[in-house]
Amino acid sequence: MNPAPPLLSVRKLRVSFRDEHGHGAEAVKGISFDIPAGKTVALVGESGSGKSVTAMAITRLLPEHGCHIDPDSEILFGGRNLLTASRSELRSLRGGDIAMVFQEPMSSLNPVFSVGEQIIETLMLHTGVGRKAAQQRALALMQEVGLPAPERKMRSYPHQLSGGQQQRVMIAMAIACEPKLLIADEPTTALDVTIQQQILQLLASLQQKHGMAVLFISHDLELVGQFADEVIVMHHGSIHEHAPVRQIFEAPQDAYTKALLRCRPHLASRPAKLPVIRDFLGDSCYFEPPQRQRGYQTDDRVILEVQGLSVDYHSRHGWFGHHSQRAVDGVSFTLMRGRTLGIVGESGSGKSTLGLALIRLQQASAGRVLFEGEDMLALTPRQLRDYKRRIQIVFQNPYASLNPRFSVAQILTEPMLLHGIGCDTAERLQLAGDWLEHVGLPRKALAKYPHEFSGGQRQRIAIARCLTMHPEILICDESVSALDVSVQAQVLNLLQALQDELGLSYLFISHDLAVVKHLSDQVLVMQQGRCVELADADTLYAAPQHPYTRQLLDAIPQGWPHCIRPRPA
Amino acid sequence: MLAYIVRRVWQMVPTLFGVMLLLFVLFNWVGGDPSYILAGKNLSAEALAGIRQQLGLDLPLPQQFLIFVRQVLTLDFGTSWSTQQPVSALLHSRIGPSLLLTGSMLLLGTVLAIAIAALVAYRRGSLTDRLVTLIATCAMSVSALVYIIAGQYWLAFKGGWFPIMGWSDSTLDNLLHYLPLPLLLGVIVGLAPDIRFYRSCFVEELGHDYVRTARAKGLSEPVIMLKHVLRNAMIPVVTSLMMSLPYLMMGAMLLETFFGIPGMGKEVVMAVERSDFPVIKAITIYIALATMLFNLLTDIVYKLIDPRVQLH
Repeated sequence: MNPAPPLLSVRKLRVSFRDEHGHGAEAVKGISFDIPAGKTVALVGESGSGKSVTAMAITRLLPEHGCHIDPDSEILFGGRNLLTASRSELRSLRGGDIAMVFQEPMSSLNPVFSVGEQIIETLMLHTGVGRKAAQQRALALMQEVGLPAPERKMRSYPHQLSGGQQQRVMIAMAIACEPKLLIADEPTTALDVTIQQQILQLLASLQQKHGMAVLFISHDLELVGQFADEVIVMHHGSIHEHAPVRQIFEAPQDAYTKALLRCRPHLASRPAKLPVIRDFLGDSCYFEPPQRQRGYQTDDRVILEVQGLSVDYHSRHGWFGHHSQRAVDGVSFTLMRGRTLGIVGESGSGKSTLGLALIRLQQASAGRVLFEGEDMLALTPRQLRDYKRRIQIVFQNPYASLNPRFSVAQILTEPMLLHGIGCDTAERLQLAGDWLEHVGLPRKALAKYPHEFSGGQRQRIAIARCLTMHPEILICDESVSALDVSVQAQVLNLLQALQDELGLSYLFISHDLAVVKHLSDQVLVMQQGRCVELADADTLYAAPQHPYTRQLLDAIPQGWPHCIRPRPA
Repeated sequence: MLAYIVRRVWQMVPTLFGVMLLLFVLFNWVGGDPSYILAGKNLSAEALAGIRQQLGLDLPLPQQFLIFVRQVLTLDFGTSWSTQQPVSALLHSRIGPSLLLTGSMLLLGTVLAIAIAALVAYRRGSLTDRLVTLIATCAMSVSALVYIIAGQYWLAFKGGWFPIMGWSDSTLDNLLHYLPLPLLLGVIVGLAPDIRFYRSCFVEELGHDYVRTARAKGLSEPVIMLKHVLRNAMIPVVTSLMMSLPYLMMGAMLLETFFGIPGMGKEVVMAVERSDFPVIKAITIYIALATMLFNLLTDIVYKLIDPRVQLH
């Protein structure tokens, strides 16, 4: 049987960018692939692999300045080359036959228009129906994507919806005109695991119902395994492997694919050191390191004891009223010296607030925080200074948490100066350089500025900044969440190596249960400010007691063959 | 919303009291004894005492302050020391020409600046954009006085298209004859910095993700610019616009002086020259009140433009 022609064909696509100095960099290096009608094709790769650029090239949404598409490239859709299509042709395709869903639902929606209005706009533009009819259809769409109380939600503004609801609105907007191809660019990366699972299920069911083709872009191979028919693995602008999903997971051919599959922490194993991409790309064979045992031991000494910690947020309300909301509600736990306590929860669970309250960046309203027996919440600011040095925090966003106008040397020496470490500038610079080398960066990085580094490198700088103060406890607040899986493995290995060497104790806050399991001895699960479960890591994952913990565990992407929809045999 | 407005108005009371106290202290400490100024050349002890008694300056300070408070509450600041007219009547006759001039300047200037800024922001990086930016930078570097004098010389005196200066009692006459030239010059002076600021607001908005979404929907560029971007870019624009509103009352001092327009700006200059304290006091209080009211108005307008704004 002659197969039907593909819906979309990308032929020898070559895209390069030029910076302000005129230096060109090739982002996509002559790739070719097809998307068959009604199938899901996943484009997987790390940041900088060219996967988003490819998606943007299909809809011609790349910036016009500084971006060059090779004239030999072709993107054929319905017999037309999109790369030579006129502006008006493109406009009727976009949102009509080809629709897109993006990564950040909050910023992708216009903040000053109601979500109903934004869906209606697309409908009126492409289907030419009147406002009344568009309103009816928008309502039906919002129902279809599973938004609760759609009549009321129509009039809501994006900021009044949760992240998952915002993404549902984006999806409703995308499927409004029954597209033949839906391009989903990391649609769940910014969402919680349970929400991620819901959105994926929604996309899968909509795809089947409407018979759309989906181009699904992600950095997470496991996630894609649940959902795609074919997988394309991209690295540095070229395709490394293109195969049906079963083959990618059961018999990957390419070393890079194998590496991507291995470097994500798994629930089933806990190697002493996570494999990184480099382990697979060299000539030598990769040997799995021995497993690491976790859990508090009887001879461990307590370093931090938290008793009934609560945090309230206050806001003004109505004529004279005040409104207070409990963000953290009576949480207690113990952290042992040289061990890791993982804190797990979704956004809004209060896990970050808890971390901030511990170092008094957020006012606690009740409870005690005993650091080696001393209540940190009762200390005067003067007494607190020394404790501040001993307990440090690494934040989530490595792009926003380093001052862009400080050089790395300034970033690293400033805290030393404040806490009187090192007697003069020369010595402090020497120490700063030592710490940089410790976290795997060259000493000459001292003279550079944060924007010259990648996300993973910036996180290393942030860790080095904490280490300059010789802390005993490190709070990692979603410190690896914004990183690619391969870079995440490197940073996790670094954290583990530092703990082994310096005897640091970690409070590891994350929404990713697999990552938490890899690094933690004990795990605390938080839901709506309360601790719902606290147990040894292995016990908790083997036999979760609380339904919420089970729900979180079920939502972890397991990859092939744990697919979320029935698959033709 | 109503609760918010009531609370904000209530908060104005202590602010206004603070302004009054400051004003009173400044006038009594720094301002010197006004009776010397008023007495002029016939400086005799009796004359001074007479003037002091007439002005109430012989009363104890707390009592003087109470009189000032009463003046503010009734908005009756007595009579001008130099013209003996009631201050309220004086200001009433001056506010009209000023509002006519500054109001039309603001309206025309803002509409023009937003339109040009939107256009160059859309074509950012192009020759038009660079040219407009270059011209705006040059135009900003020239003093307003140069525009006024050059305008009066070339357009009015040499060209004869406008009267050189003057003002009449008929509004229609003013609109048709006397207003156009000062209005034109005022708009030109204000345009350059506004265009540059608004352009940067637009350019910043164009970089946001929702613009990409709008393009992915298939909307045309003019719709994206005028519907999606404009409303978001209005947030900083409204801020700068509202901040300039209280000064509408002050009038355009330079323009009014050069064109002989009997407005507030000219009155302020004259009052300061003649140490006409009642007039200065009244104007200061009015400006303070206007600033507070416009600040409140700004917040309410914010809420109308941007649904994310929460009024607490």
